[in-house]
Amino acid sequence: MKQIPLGIVTLIAGILITLISLWVGQNNHLLPEQASAQAPLVDNFFNVMVAIGTALFLVVQGAILFSVIKFRRRRGDNTDGEPIEGSFPLEILWTIIPGIIVIGLGIYSVDVYTEMGGMDAISHHGMTHESMMAQPNSNPIGIGSTPANEGKPPSLVVNVTGMQYAWLFNYPDSNVNTGELHVPVGQDVLLNISANDVIHSFWIPQFRLKQDAIPGQATQLRFTATKTGQYPVVCAELCGGYHGSMRTSVVVHTPEEYDRWLAENRIAQQPEMDRTVAVNP
Amino acid sequence: MTQLETSQITTVVTEHELHQRWKWYDYFTFNIDHKVIGIQYLVTAFVFYLIGGLMAMAIRIELNTPDADFLDPNLYNAFMTNHGTLMIFMWIVPAAIGGFGNFLVPLMVGARDMAFPKLNAIAFWLNPPAGALLLGSFFFGGSQSGWTAYPPLSLITANTAQTMWILAIVLVGTSSILGALNFVVTILKMKVPSMQWTQMPLFCWAILATSVLALLSTPVLAAGLVLLLFDINFGTSFFKPDAGGNVVLYQHLFWFYSHPAVYLMILPIFGIMSEVIPVHARKPIFGYKAIAYSSLAICVIGLFVWVHHMFTSGTPPWMRMFFTISTLIVAVPTGVKIFGWVATLWGGKIRFTSAMLFAIGLLSMFVVGGLGGVTLGTAPFDLHVHDTYYVVGHFHYVLFGGSVFGIYAGIYHWFPKITGRMMNETWGRVHFALTFVGTHLTFLPMHQLGLQGMPRRVAMYDPQFAGINHICTIGAIVLGISVLPFFFNAIWSWLYGPKAADNPWDALTLEWTTSSPPAIENWEVLPVVTHGPYDYGRTVEVNQTVQTASI
Ligand code: HEM
Ligand SMILES: [Cu+2]
Ligand SMILES: [Cu+2]
Repeated sequence: MKQIPLGIVTLIAGILITLISLWVGQNNHLLPEQASAQAPLVDNFFNVMVAIGTALFLVVQGAILFSVIKFRRRRGDNTDGEPIEGSFPLEILWTIIPGIIVIGLGIYSVDVYTEMGGMDAISHHGMTHESMMAQPNSNPIGIGSTPANEGKPPSLVVNVTGMQYAWLFNYPDSNVNTGELHVPVGQDVLLNISANDVIHSFWIPQFRLKQDAIPGQATQLRFTATKTGQYPVVCAELCGGYHGSMRTSVVVHTPEEYDRWLAENRIAQQPEMDRTVAVNP
Repeated sequence: MTQLETSQITTVVTEHELHQRWKWYDYFTFNIDHKVIGIQYLVTAFVFYLIGGLMAMAIRIELNTPDADFLDPNLYNAFMTNHGTLMIFMWIVPAAIGGFGNFLVPLMVGARDMAFPKLNAIAFWLNPPAGALLLGSFFFGGSQSGWTAYPPLSLITANTAQTMWILAIVLVGTSSILGALNFVVTILKMKVPSMQWTQMPLFCWAILATSVLALLSTPVLAAGLVLLLFDINFGTSFFKPDAGGNVVLYQHLFWFYSHPAVYLMILPIFGIMSEVIPVHARKPIFGYKAIAYSSLAICVIGLFVWVHHMFTSGTPPWMRMFFTISTLIVAVPTGVKIFGWVATLWGGKIRFTSAMLFAIGLLSMFVVGGLGGVTLGTAPFDLHVHDTYYVVGHFHYVLFGGSVFGIYAGIYHWFPKITGRMMNETWGRVHFALTFVGTHLTFLPMHQLGLQGMPRRVAMYDPQFAGINHICTIGAIVLGISVLPFFFNAIWSWLYGPKAADNPWDALTLEWTTSSPPAIENWEVLPVVTHGPYDYGRTVEVNQTVQTASI
């Protein structure tokens, strides 16, 4: 190829790759509905990674495909290629550029994680890493309050217990026990998660939140649901033969609906109030 | 290569001794020849690959429909656990390190054998009993807690089978430590003096990095597993929370080994890539030093990323952030290798041999797996996809599209040297096409499954995922079928294939300077190194001389 066309070809390829990558980043539709305040944060982050990934994918696969076609051995040609052993500038380039990308992603990760409330679990309870070896009553690990809610108590606390093969939800303020999580939309909810038999993992795909339920280690998830509806609650950690069937739902209500649900269940459960489930506070 | 010709004159060994060959039954004995041991590793590993593959078929048939209708859920978990365990510990690690490492390292550095041949044989013979333990565990229900064996689940399910599983892993771990020790000493001490460090084939650098990693990390796994064994059988409570034990501690011990273990499975394969690509692209490897050093960088950084498997576990925020950043950094040296191989293709005269097809296929697939890995390395996103099919998609791209493709590339490339016969190239291409299509069909859709909400290690799932799972199952059947052309090609060629020349690919590393298959002590006279391992484009005439000289 001559000098000038090569430059133009590279430029056009560059623009095309950028456009395609940006488009794929925004329009991949790979993630399910967003139903928590954290979900858009995670999704934007994912979409940025998809865009960068698509660009890298196209560049590398394009180079492979181009080589395979252009530099294939022709019939009867038994000679070798040019003995090029490397190029220091190129090698520096493809160390530095990915280096910058991953450092950028690293900073972005910390930022997103902080926005999600991930940094709260430690800062507000003065927890140190020794509490990794903690007793059941130690400060929990997981996702805490978002920076906006910092210092405020959650508006609803639910104790969640994982057991083979069900989730149990206990509403300590109203003495309600259920097998299905009900929360009001737009409210700051704290789940205290525990397990007594084996490890489980509490996951709501539409919330983009997951936290293991660990025997001997209190964990938590704090979130604000942003959309009414019913979403699956899934166990994500192998917990035995019927792990796959350890599923239930979270129902996100409007505040009025939620109050009605709570009132009904409080009455329904009055007679068996002492039958509360053993949970780790 | 005139050196070879002159040295020929000084031959002291008699013809008779030299052209002696091992008989078939020698391969079933405690033999200390590194080449026999290499073949023993490869063939044994392949047998376990077939067994593990059958388990995978059963798993995928079960997952074809949302209900647990084909296997009992506990049996499903036993298949799932042993599939993973066999593929990692009995196929990829022994084939890549034990098989190719043992066969090739002494030949590549110009040694007559490994530094400690007896130890080498012992290391191999630890493997068959380990495999037998795993398979035998099915009489006791099979271990069912996944290849990660997290307590408390592993403490309370199928105790006998779980104990057998632990013993099996401790056996292969010991084998791996002995093997690693042997490689380090062989590479450091037994390289022919005429070979500069910068003339050592990249495969040897890769095996060196792998061995260091194995030596540093395997003992930690062994420690963790022995504690688990005590908890199950002798009433201790290291990992029993109700008795003061800590389950998260186990995860740290496990992943401190098992993250590096993923590099144990890919670094030797990277080494194979660095050998296969230059030979069939007819070009020097692009950036020898960068590729050699990046192996060492991966080895060092790879020791400090293990918590990325525990982002949703009992890990505090600072740990999640620290390991996000360290994990992202590992991608850089990995990228350096990828770019180096692509640049090696660029401007070459690519010969599309079966070996090269698998190498290029690997390159292309590994990019997908690596990019997926980077996304997983970030804690905020990993919270969503950890323990889902997204992870299953990722690690099969790197393990099937990476390691398995690399083993295939290596087999097609070195088959003539190992057996003295050529494989059939047409069937090689069929094998490649089926494997390539099957891999994408099986593992690409899994990413979407995970993103949409399907957890991993489940025998039954939400019916909304049935459609995509069906595609994965079809892909798996294609993959199952893809093994057949390879299997029959390898057996037929080994028995009846056309005789291979000493250097059928015109390659420049030392293993091609001896006969095919190599004589028992490798060379009559140790070769003298006069050029780099990848001096393609410069040494065409030299090549010719090698061939005539070594006859
Ligand atoms: C660019 C390099 C890579 C990065 C950044 C990376 C990152 C990750 C991360 C963060 C996980 C944990 C995901 C989770 O459980 O949520 C993971 C899982 C895994 N990776 Fe990679 N990876 C890379 C390359 C590899 C390679 C080369 C292999 C093996 C050949 C590999 C094999 C695995 C396996 C087997 C798992 C699953 C472990 C399990 O949970 O059972 N990865 N990877
Ligand atoms: Cu579960
Ligand atoms: Cu890892």
